[in-house]
Amino acid sequence: MTATAESPAVGEVKAMQVTLRILRSKPEGSDEHAPGEQYWQEFQVEAHATDRVLDALHKIKWEQDGSLAFRRSCAHGVCGSDAMRINARNRLACKTLLKDLNPAKPIIVEPIKGLPVEKDLIVDMEPFFASYREIMPFLMTTGSAPTRERLQSPEERQRFDDTTKCIMCAACTTSCPVFWTDGQYFGPQAIVGAHRFIFDSRDEGQWDRLEILNDKAGVWKCRTAFNCTEACPRGIEVTKAISEVKHALTTGEI
Amino acid sequence: MTHHEYDVVIVGAGGAGMRAALESSQRARTAVLTKLYPTRSHTGAAQGGMAAALANVEDDNAEWHVFDTIKGGDYLVDQDAAEILCNEAIDAVLDLEKMGLPFNRTPDGKVDQRRFGGHTRNHGEAAVRRACYSADRTGHMILQTLYQQCIKQEVEFFNEYYVLDLILDKDPQAAAPGEDVSVAGVVALELSTGEIHTFRAKSVIFATGGAGKVFKTTSNAHTLTGDGMGIALGAGLPLEDMEFFQFHPTGLAGLGILLSEAARGEGGILRNSEGERFMERYAPTIKDLAPRDMVARAMANEVREGRGAGPHKDYVLLDLTHLEPAHIDEKLPDITEFARTYLGVEPYTEPVPVYPTAHYAMGGIPTTVQGEVLRNNTDTVKGLYAAGECACVSVHGANRLGTNSLLDINVFGRRAGIAAAEHAVATAEAAAFPDDAAARVEGIVTRLLATVGGSGTERVAEVRKALQETMDRNVQVFRDAASLEEATRVVAELKERYKDVAIHDRGQRFNTDLLEAIELGFLLEIAEVVVAGALARQESRGGHYREDFPTRDDEKFMHHTMAYATGEGVRLDTKPVVVTKYQPMERKY
Repeated sequence: MTATAESPAVGEVKAMQVTLRILRSKPEGSDEHAPGEQYWQEFQVEAHATDRVLDALHKIKWEQDGSLAFRRSCAHGVCGSDAMRINARNRLACKTLLKDLNPAKPIIVEPIKGLPVEKDLIVDMEPFFASYREIMPFLMTTGSAPTRERLQSPEERQRFDDTTKCIMCAACTTSCPVFWTDGQYFGPQAIVGAHRFIFDSRDEGQWDRLEILNDKAGVWKCRTAFNCTEACPRGIEVTKAISEVKHALTTGEI
Repeated sequence: MTHHEYDVVIVGAGGAGMRAALESSQRARTAVLTKLYPTRSHTGAAQGGMAAALANVEDDNAEWHVFDTIKGGDYLVDQDAAEILCNEAIDAVLDLEKMGLPFNRTPDGKVDQRRFGGHTRNHGEAAVRRACYSADRTGHMILQTLYQQCIKQEVEFFNEYYVLDLILDKDPQAAAPGEDVSVAGVVALELSTGEIHTFRAKSVIFATGGAGKVFKTTSNAHTLTGDGMGIALGAGLPLEDMEFFQFHPTGLAGLGILLSEAARGEGGILRNSEGERFMERYAPTIKDLAPRDMVARAMANEVREGRGAGPHKDYVLLDLTHLEPAHIDEKLPDITEFARTYLGVEPYTEPVPVYPTAHYAMGGIPTTVQGEVLRNNTDTVKGLYAAGECACVSVHGANRLGTNSLLDINVFGRRAGIAAAEHAVATAEAAAFPDDAAARVEGIVTRLLATVGGSGTERVAEVRKALQETMDRNVQVFRDAASLEEATRVVAELKERYKDVAIHDRGQRFNTDLLEAIELGFLLEIAEVVVAGALARQESRGGHYREDFPTRDDEKFMHHTMAYATGEGVRLDTKPVVVTKYQPMERKY
């Protein structure tokens, strides 16, 4: 793309009007709204079908209302900052193209559910990260380390490949109906984080982790709603990972 | 306002910051202050690999890696630093493996390795398999693994704390040569509350990442606004070699999203509109795996000479169609998904439109090989360290080789962490922390908040867009005196307009409008230094290509640029390049 070109190079895409209906809240309140009160606000922006929802949010923030608050960083689906509820499904704003949403109708954007809302689309992520820390998400080994690398066959490496893709965006956990109603449940992401180590041939802490997940806040809370698998922007088979953990707990085999 | 006291404060929680934290927190009381949650850092976007001469799959050694790094950097690399980088690379990879990093494996269970641009066997004979990798998400796995180790070690994070000022005990520009200047701490804005925090520390490490957002087309995150570099510059410290910015050859056309060089390491080929593998003409020996600066220029040149593809003939094609889909899925799953998601292109069957994208700052805050920050060519600031992209050691010289940055953050992050902690342990008391330390930051925040509903007429987004567009137009792959003078004029004009920006969010909590306004201030400062360095460097070397001076000029320019911000604008000085073994020679591949 040359420096002067404006739009994506592949194909010619016409501009169109899109409406975004955003669930907002101001921690300090305003003349019309109490502090923390949630309210809907609509914005119209000119956009292209190939634009991301994040582009549309930026247009609003940059051209209409600078107070609109949301997190974002990489803008291509690898940092996990901008999970939000878009048309009633958890997705990354930077990985959701307008053309995939029926832009003829208003696009509904809400904060992810089940975590305290801080401001507009920003939620308090700390409970989510706290659950992750609970499952001891680090390699545990005993004895002295080898001089060179620990050996692991490609097949052993493949065994936990899927769950290494997790970017901790919380799309899975905050799509889980059990998580919404049960404040104790670790949620799918923490189980994914545990799975990544439980099935790593180098790790020796699997039974400690399984014990944690066997707890009342653990895997048995899962009702296999599959929301998490559908929500994962990395395509991780979350429900499968959870069922593998359940299987390890019932059979004692990894 | 809340005041904190630590032995070591680390600013930034990407790869370099967390690698430093793992060392520092074992030895001294350490706090990590980070604008983003650690796992959001842009290290996680790095894809292709981390270089180390493990020789797991073919003959290789650290000396060849040293040579490739120096030659790849067009001889502006400090060779003592490159030796450390490449010699410590092997342990750096093995350390990560032992921390649990899930590298791809060879059939016999070792860390697998693949080819990458500019990495060669025996001083340029052929491409060598040196990049250790985890599919095409190596950076993601490094960031995750370091974060996991930080959890294990109970590293203390201050998440979403935006550091805005560095407190030194003296003005480093006014201090005499040889005189002690020490760090006293930092001042930060807590984004969730708007509260200002002061942190007094014996040691401070900057690991704040890059500044890619000075350009419009970039692989960098929105948050990469050169904050740490800008703070250092504002505190009277120099920035080194800022005119050297890397344009990664394969950004998704029109978007700039990175497609790893691993695509070519795994056999991908660049083609022009005629289907020609044009890199054969530019780099006959290693072709598509030439260093990034050469490939990016070759691509831009193909487009300029009318051999670009697409309706506007403004990009070239990355062809993976001859690779087995199963091989693509195993080695390049993420980047092929980017092509599908953002361009609607199926890489199994269609070539992917690509064009160079602003990717990496070779320059930054000058440091010694221990990570100590220099305030001139020889004196360090006591207790102040920098590592990673915000720093300039200089191991990348005029052009960084792919996979050397994930290596850099691990080797020099570790070194800075150790050095900072040891300095803190050996220091009885931190430098005095002035009572009015927060005054500057309070002034900035108060001034910007006062613009809400006020008379300011400029929008942050408009000034930023104008900056990014002028940088893309004038300071990209090809530069000349006219384009750089134009950029100088525009940046100066934008700095004036910046004084008149108004924000629209009056809130204290999560005021991202305020945040973006502050970030823009740093971007403008960085852009000014980049352009000033580029204008003065009347030669072509590595990532800096002057059409009016198309060859390298070792007689006049075999030196680093040291840029200082003064009341009268940017002052440029030079610093000698450290040469140990390799005399400059012509760079051919």
